[in-house]
Amino acid sequence: MARISVKVNGTQQSHEVEPRQLLVHYLRDVLGLTGTHVGCDTSQCGSCTVMLDGRTVKSCTMFAVQADGSEVLTIEGLAAGGKLHPVQESFWEEHGLQCGFCTPGLILSAVGLLRDDPQPDEHAIRAGIEGNLCRCTGYHNVVKAVQSAARKLAAAPADAGSPRAQGR
Amino acid sequence: MATVERLVGKAIRRREDPRFITGRGTFTDDVKLPGTHHAVFVRSSLAHARIVNIDASRAMAHSGVRAVFTGKDLADGGVNPIPVGWLLPGLKTPDFRAIAVDRVHHVGEAVAVVVAETAALARDAAELVHVDYEELPVVVDAVAALRPGAPQVHATAPDNRAFHWEIGDLARTESALRGAAKVVRTRLINQRLIANAIEPRASLASYHSGTDELTLWVTSQNPHVHRLIMGAFVLGFPEHNFRVIAPDVGGGFGSKIFVYPEEVAVAWLARKLGVPVKWTAQRSESFVTDMQGRDHVSEVEMGFDAGGKLAGLRVKTVANLGAYLSLFAPCVPTYLYGTLLNGLYDIPAIQCEVDGVFTNTVPVDAYRGAGRPEACYLLERTMDIASRELGLDSAELRRRNLISKERFPFQTQVALTYDSGNYAPALARALQMVGYERFRAEQAEARKKGKYLGLGLSCYIEACGLAPSQVVGSLGAQAGLYESATVRVHPTGKVTVLTGSHSHGQGHETTFSQLVADTLGIPMTDVDIVHGDTGRVPFGMGTYGSRSGAVGGTAIHMSLQKIIDKGRALAAHLLEAAPDDVEFKAGRFSVKGSPDRGKTLAEVSLAAYLAHKMPAGHEPGLEMTSFYDPSNFTFPFGTHIAVVEVDVETGRTALVRYVAVDDVGNVINPMIVDGQLHGGIAQGVAQALWEWASYDEAGQLTTGSLMDYGLPRADQLPSFETDRTVTPSPVNPLGVKGAGEAGTIASTPAVANAVMDALSPFGITHLDLPLTPQKVWMAVQAARGGERR
Repeated sequence: MARISVKVNGTQQSHEVEPRQLLVHYLRDVLGLTGTHVGCDTSQCGSCTVMLDGRTVKSCTMFAVQADGSEVLTIEGLAAGGKLHPVQESFWEEHGLQCGFCTPGLILSAVGLLRDDPQPDEHAIRAGIEGNLCRCTGYHNVVKAVQSAARKLAAAPADAGSPRAQGR
Repeated sequence: MATVERLVGKAIRRREDPRFITGRGTFTDDVKLPGTHHAVFVRSSLAHARIVNIDASRAMAHSGVRAVFTGKDLADGGVNPIPVGWLLPGLKTPDFRAIAVDRVHHVGEAVAVVVAETAALARDAAELVHVDYEELPVVVDAVAALRPGAPQVHATAPDNRAFHWEIGDLARTESALRGAAKVVRTRLINQRLIANAIEPRASLASYHSGTDELTLWVTSQNPHVHRLIMGAFVLGFPEHNFRVIAPDVGGGFGSKIFVYPEEVAVAWLARKLGVPVKWTAQRSESFVTDMQGRDHVSEVEMGFDAGGKLAGLRVKTVANLGAYLSLFAPCVPTYLYGTLLNGLYDIPAIQCEVDGVFTNTVPVDAYRGAGRPEACYLLERTMDIASRELGLDSAELRRRNLISKERFPFQTQVALTYDSGNYAPALARALQMVGYERFRAEQAEARKKGKYLGLGLSCYIEACGLAPSQVVGSLGAQAGLYESATVRVHPTGKVTVLTGSHSHGQGHETTFSQLVADTLGIPMTDVDIVHGDTGRVPFGMGTYGSRSGAVGGTAIHMSLQKIIDKGRALAAHLLEAAPDDVEFKAGRFSVKGSPDRGKTLAEVSLAAYLAHKMPAGHEPGLEMTSFYDPSNFTFPFGTHIAVVEVDVETGRTALVRYVAVDDVGNVINPMIVDGQLHGGIAQGVAQALWEWASYDEAGQLTTGSLMDYGLPRADQLPSFETDRTVTPSPVNPLGVKGAGEAGTIASTPAVANAVMDALSPFGITHLDLPLTPQKVWMAVQAARGGERR
């Protein structure tokens, strides 16, 4: 076992973990943050996407011990102070989700995409979220949601551009 | 009183979304119970073998392991085979057991289960279970399995034939084809697919010995069906003590309808061991255990008269059913397929015969569309082949053959009666949206520059609103296909609806709330829609076959009408008026002509629960239950058009535009209907271009991960251009038809036809799906080689 210290959604955590434990299982099983999902075992689906030190990662693709000393943001921590992040709001408004299983990963990928490229065209949005599989929406409304979120973030840049800017 | 805005027909934001966008959904694997143990299955690496010996001694000795069980242990422990829910005459039904006994029949079949304190420990121990097999000959291809001398999958089905089924009039069809001016003959393969809902299947069972209650959380589209079949037939556990909960379910597409081996085992283990037991599939397990879809090989003869009018259609299909009969497998390639071969055309003679065949592959059952996409692909692909052979424009050929709107209800040659339809406007609108004439000019221009554009049409019909119970019962269904709904008005006027429909992405909490709020004149926030729990919902048949609006919604509608009727009687009594003089509008009962003399729904409801002043003949309370059994299917239809560009140097196809005009009857929430169509289109496009469950000769799935199986990604698809026409269904009072499967049914042939159109300069007339770059490139190379010779 190895001890790790990770700041998750603004709260400092410290646990003994098995060296082979994946970050996603640490989040789900140890911290009870079940909003991060597991949809595959080959790092293809992106349902487990979280932010690690401000960058999107597939949390099934790294060990919990690799996150030692890092800051992790999961879907549960995205709505700062109970106020939905513009990307969350836009997914809701544009019907960017159906069953909701891939949604947390897609939302965090979209947050990461818009931080790197605040004004993406449709091509850039589709390329930017191609690491996240959604079987319900055909991506049509996901693209609309990201476009809408980009407009909102451009109108209120101080609001939410980076998760770190949200006080984490 | 404020005017109440009508909600039905509006794009209302979904009520279920706040929990999903904030990570607070509750999917089966999210449910945590103290003391839970984890099950991991040891699976066959061989497609066909005799189990000689299973040595679990090393696994048993592994840290944290609680137990290891084999198929024999479960059989000895009273676990029966999983039954078939649809019987055809002469159907062969080999035992389908939760864990194999003696023999395995496909790769991935469970041979033992390990239960340990954590999933990781169980997985470690599962690798220590040693299984000795004696390999047996394997057959994967259904056509090969029917040949004399083919390896035999089950002793009880000597020629590997599970059933032979026919529909239509053979003599009439043969005569029509003999008399036809032109008969188009083709052989079409509808390849096998895997649903791949993004949430892998999971189950968690907990047994309370004090109360003898068994609770199962499971990824199910129909928890009551799970309870009935598992309780009564498989486990022999009393239905009334068995609670099945399908919480948030992450997509189904048919694959979560069926009773699966793993959930049977988990429910048995929880009782056997006295601890909660959980199993969650890894995706690699999903690929070899989730029921798969499609897999037909068909010989088609389509006859035309000299004027390009359809004269007759004859179809012979071999349907690969896999190693066992899954719950509804027999009805998919028969009553959900052969009966749809009429399409939306006037075909005077049709005959179809189907052989259902066992092979050493994963079982096949309903996958989004289930039989109807196979019928639509067959018709629409053949219509395009015919248009070329007849030298007729593909849109014109379709236009000439559409059933005219005056002929509804329309009796087909294959048993069904179409409820309502007006097909020509949808075709015309789609052609207009895509700019059909202009496209042909652009296409000709582009070809001169070595750029190969193609356009493909698909006119589709589907049968939704499954289904009249008496009809399906006479055809072999071992269930009724009605739906139930209870509407409970609480003393405060708040409303709980208990529906037997199950939402796994369809947004029922929103659409059903719109319906209830409109009818009762109350805010949507006063309505709670409860589904997916046999402990709360009285009964239900679940969600599949695009039935929730048409059947589940109508059941709610009926209960709402009963609530209003009782409310009117109560209000009349309280207002000292005759019930006929009381009207219900915008949430208020009032005396006609004296609008100030009235009672709100909440006032009436409170009076019903106080019961201090009840009219004679009425019981206290305000709660109504209805079971709605539809009188017919509903038949949505439409036209889809795909525009592609094929890069003949790489074989890669880009989907450039996608136009869809659908008619799903009345629409409760257009945003949700459009979303259903978008997702359906993506799945159908993917069948045309990328997806294929491919087995090698040894029965190994060679596309067994998301690295190999072509699930569509965002950068492979365009945004879709959609519109609709509205032809209400006369079958139900809501006038709705169903939208869940339309996109999948229509889009596969549209894209296939578009690619063939693009490749027409090379003389390529047909390629089987998926139209991968490799396949297209090889065809183009072969065609070019031919030119050079």
